[in-house]
Amino acid sequence: MKRVPLATGAGAVLFAAVLLVLWQLLADRQFISPVFFPTPSRTLTELYRQVAEGTIWAPLVATALRMFYGWALASLLGVVIGAAVGSSRAARDFLEPLLEFMRPLPASAIIPAAILFLGLSNAMSISVIAFGAVWPVLLASVHGFSSVEPQLLEVCGALRLSRAQFIVKVAAPSALPDILAGARVSLAISLILAVVTEMQASQPGLGQNILLAQRSFRSPELYAGIVMLGLMGFVVNYAILKGEERLLRWRTPGDS
Amino acid sequence: MKRRIRGASIPVLLVALWEAGGRAGVLPSDTFSRPSDIVLAAARAFADGSILIATWQTVEAALVGFAVAAAAGVLCGAVLGLAPRLERIVGPTVESLRPIPAIALMPLALLMFGFGLTLEASVVAFACVWPVLLVTIAAVRGIEPRLLELARTLEMSFASSLRKIILPAALARIVVGLRVAVGIALVVAITVEIVINPRGLGYGMIIASQSLRPDLMYAQLLWLGLLGWGLNTALSGAARLWPGASA
Repeated sequence: MKRVPLATGAGAVLFAAVLLVLWQLLADRQFISPVFFPTPSRTLTELYRQVAEGTIWAPLVATALRMFYGWALASLLGVVIGAAVGSSRAARDFLEPLLEFMRPLPASAIIPAAILFLGLSNAMSISVIAFGAVWPVLLASVHGFSSVEPQLLEVCGALRLSRAQFIVKVAAPSALPDILAGARVSLAISLILAVVTEMQASQPGLGQNILLAQRSFRSPELYAGIVMLGLMGFVVNYAILKGEERLLRWRTPGDS
Repeated sequence: MKRRIRGASIPVLLVALWEAGGRAGVLPSDTFSRPSDIVLAAARAFADGSILIATWQTVEAALVGFAVAAAAGVLCGAVLGLAPRLERIVGPTVESLRPIPAIALMPLALLMFGFGLTLEASVVAFACVWPVLLVTIAAVRGIEPRLLELARTLEMSFASSLRKIILPAALARIVVGLRVAVGIALVVAITVEIVINPRGLGYGMIIASQSLRPDLMYAQLLWLGLLGWGLNTALSGAARLWPGASA
């Protein structure tokens, strides 16, 4: 990690602070409508109130759980299908055209269909998340499983490993870096879709909170919700980056 | 040839089973409308032009949002890429805005702009600006320093050095970011329509679903799939035409 010079660090903090103060002043003087832009102080007070009263945790946990379940399902499906398509010629021939057609479909576009089948339920929300988040993992594991080093393949042949043994002992570890990178992208998508489905299907969570705050013109609450979602996105990305580093410690540094 | 047959087998089989199940009354018609009905609904929607109007509304919003994001992203990215110190000062603020899901800004945009094109385009622009910005910063920073020295020696103004040196040198990589952004634009536009904005294909699908017209909904979903697939193919084709942009 490169050390940031003190002056630059201070400059960065100062820049953010100046923006906030400017916003505060403009909103205080009512140059910009406080309905759209409540002052940062009101947003922070609202955030503090929610934390102090403990009302922030329930929606936060609901959104996080929804995101996590959808992501877990997507990762599982992605790895299984990806392993099949990546390591078997026949599976690739059968499935690829179908997958290629479904992949560019915006995940939110299947919400109307999912509502028809599952209603405005948690199951609907999780299946939409899984549909949208499956692709990065799927593509990554197809790539990972189909690009196992030829030398490793020869070793497996020489050792007469069965197909299952080959997948567990050789292909999976060699595909793991790709899969984890895909899983990180998937998690970001999962968070977005969790919020979308909450708004669309009135499932409890941060997404619904934001929408309700907007409908009743409680803009400090709206901003507090957006700040929380931003924080959540940041924390989730950071956590999985760290997890990736840990899981991949066995790789020699400098390996791509 | 064998690959083609195998690839087509699963979709064909599914559609045949679906049609047969629908005709035999095994599959409930309020959720699985028969493929033949879907084709009919699509034909009717194309004949009266409603699906084309909806498509244009969606594409229009995606394009406007994308254009704003591309202009802002390339311009700010070029400035920040040329001034590393400024970039380090602005960077943390950018990094703290970036993880906010664009979708979370939908209610705010609705409050500010009301329903319509502006609402949708503004959310699209927020979502699209980050990949363009980050790629442009990286691309501009990767420009051969001697080219920039040349611009300084010739005492070019910022605008003309941007036009004559920086953009041409960084373009191949910027195009990669723009490609990512185009894909995001369509997805975000559809999402905004499905959740709050009453226009375009996304809204059409929600309305069809809520008024128990699954045939029309599937027709629009299928059309959207074709659009997305076409866009994807066109973009990767364009990338092949553009040497160096596929990296």
